[in-house]
Amino acid sequence: MKRTKAFTIPYVIWMALFVVAPILMILVYAFSGTEGGFTLANFSAMGTYTVVFIRSFRLAGIATVICLFIGYPVAYLLSREGQRFQRLATVLIMLPMWMNFLLRTYSWMAILENNGLINQFLGLFGLGPFKMIDTQGAVVLGMVYNYLPFMILPIYSVIIKLDHSLVEAAHDLGADNVVAFRRVIFPLSLPGVLSGITMVFVPSVSTFAISTMLGGGTEYLLGDLIEQQFLGGAYNPQLGAAIALVMMVVVVLCMWVMNRFGEGEEQAVVL
Amino acid sequence: MSKELIRLSDCVVKFDDEIILDHLNLYINDKEFLTLLGPSGCGKTTTLRIIGGFQKPTSGDVFFDGRRCNDVPPHKRQVNTVFQKYALFTHMNIFENVAFGLRIAKAPEAEITRRVEEALELVNLPGYGSRSVSSLSGGQQQRVAIARAIVNRPQVLLLDEPLGALDLKLRKDMQVELKRIQREVGITFIYVTHDQEEALTMSDTVVVMDKGNIQQIGTPQDIYNEPKNAFVADFIGESNIIDGVMPEDKVVKMYGKKFPCLDGGFAPGEPVDVVIRPEDIDIVPVEQGQITGTVTEVTFKGMHYDIIVDFQGFKWLIQTTDYSPVGARIGVKIDPDGIHIMHKSRYSGMFGDYSSYSEEYDELSGDPAGSEGSDETD
Repeated sequence: MKRTKAFTIPYVIWMALFVVAPILMILVYAFSGTEGGFTLANFSAMGTYTVVFIRSFRLAGIATVICLFIGYPVAYLLSREGQRFQRLATVLIMLPMWMNFLLRTYSWMAILENNGLINQFLGLFGLGPFKMIDTQGAVVLGMVYNYLPFMILPIYSVIIKLDHSLVEAAHDLGADNVVAFRRVIFPLSLPGVLSGITMVFVPSVSTFAISTMLGGGTEYLLGDLIEQQFLGGAYNPQLGAAIALVMMVVVVLCMWVMNRFGEGEEQAVVL
Repeated sequence: MSKELIRLSDCVVKFDDEIILDHLNLYINDKEFLTLLGPSGCGKTTTLRIIGGFQKPTSGDVFFDGRRCNDVPPHKRQVNTVFQKYALFTHMNIFENVAFGLRIAKAPEAEITRRVEEALELVNLPGYGSRSVSSLSGGQQQRVAIARAIVNRPQVLLLDEPLGALDLKLRKDMQVELKRIQREVGITFIYVTHDQEEALTMSDTVVVMDKGNIQQIGTPQDIYNEPKNAFVADFIGESNIIDGVMPEDKVVKMYGKKFPCLDGGFAPGEPVDVVIRPEDIDIVPVEQGQITGTVTEVTFKGMHYDIIVDFQGFKWLIQTTDYSPVGARIGVKIDPDGIHIMHKSRYSGMFGDYSSYSEEYDELSGDPAGSEGSDETD
């Protein structure tokens, strides 16, 4: 027992240094003024940024829903293909992730710009140009593009492990393909759906690179706001910490509610 | 009992180039308990899956109640299955598992409640409805799987090695239980197993299969007492299978000696396989024996001793309550009704010699799945 405990010490130290300590620092910063001392001013100042809060959660929510609607069918259909195709497709899905995230987002700029690839192409037919870059749509597109694999892979890995005899049992008991999916396959794949949602929503809500590059500074999100407080012209780490703290609390709340909802879903199927 | 319900007509199943079922013909009567028995890879599960609709025959026809049903999907068949590993829905409680089929059939709520409770009572799990699947033992999960299938009142219940995962004691209890359930609900049971004892205990009809072919169909008594070939004789119970010749009806010649027997109808001088069950052999003093041999091995088995006796290089298994020490010379006497004559088959010479008995015994006493390799005995 003692020996196994000893092995955990480096990990505990690591966690304390790089996870617990930063959170504590954020807490301290969030509740202190620029001159030090306890204050709630940072939180009352946040009201100005309600729009950004709403925009962040709304765009991240939309991106997550789109990812789910694309990712689930992809994962499901993929799981029914042959072994070789599955391996190939999994590699193709992960392939973009091996390339630098900023580079991939930059290339979207080149595609979406007013004189970018799409508009140039449409120009050949006398269409456009259409304004695509610097819109909320572009930001959502960036999120979906970048985080879709995080939706597909967890769902895929849960579905692929489903015992096929359960599906056969459903058919045996009178379920056609639709009913078998609705009452057996989908409920049993919910853990994958939940982790997919988490893995898309959390980075989406806190992203700043995507919104900076594809939102053009007008559609900025919480991530941009926080970045400005620490690195940008609006230097105010106390406010930045407070925003980060509130965002963290809201995200944790969202995840908690969703997981409860997930359990409830299973229960709902039961009833 | 006599009305035909299911017929498989000239069914062939091939996976790639491997033949799983080789022109199988089988009919199954209404309300009978029929067991498909054979080692793994013999095609018994494939046969069951054809009846359930999960597997289409490569060629051949399947009839249900006189109608061809090759293309009827599983969910439209009046057949339910108890799967090998139960396949219970872990995201539902026991009640909802059992109610699954009724809900899809859109039965009224009151009827669902009544029938689910009846089904749970039938399998001795009354009041378990609100439990979760994971809180049940293997044996209980098995009962739920049976209730879930039977609650839909199918005409046929298919059972795919349902007791394979249970320990011996539980398996024996469940055998009796299954037979009782079949009597109570009065429907056809088609049961797949590799366990010959299970097959003999429960079945009205046993179908012995090997290599995609039916070796023998009959009542448990027929199969045990009158095996058709060396494979059946070896697979069902223990058998000494000795080369012999039939000089005339009711006489068989082994070891150069004539033994009276009850079988006839063979060509004069026809080489045959002679089956002698270990329990049909009497040990007598050397001078009274029809033949004599030397004891090479004795194993105490509780009810009896397993004795291996060397008769001129061919080793027999004898089950007796009389102890004989290793090295003793003994004589044996076999009553005419203890001798069963079979035509030579492609299985001749492959089974029935107990020279490697101890290895086989290890196999048999190990994991039930391990006993499937009985065709390795040579």
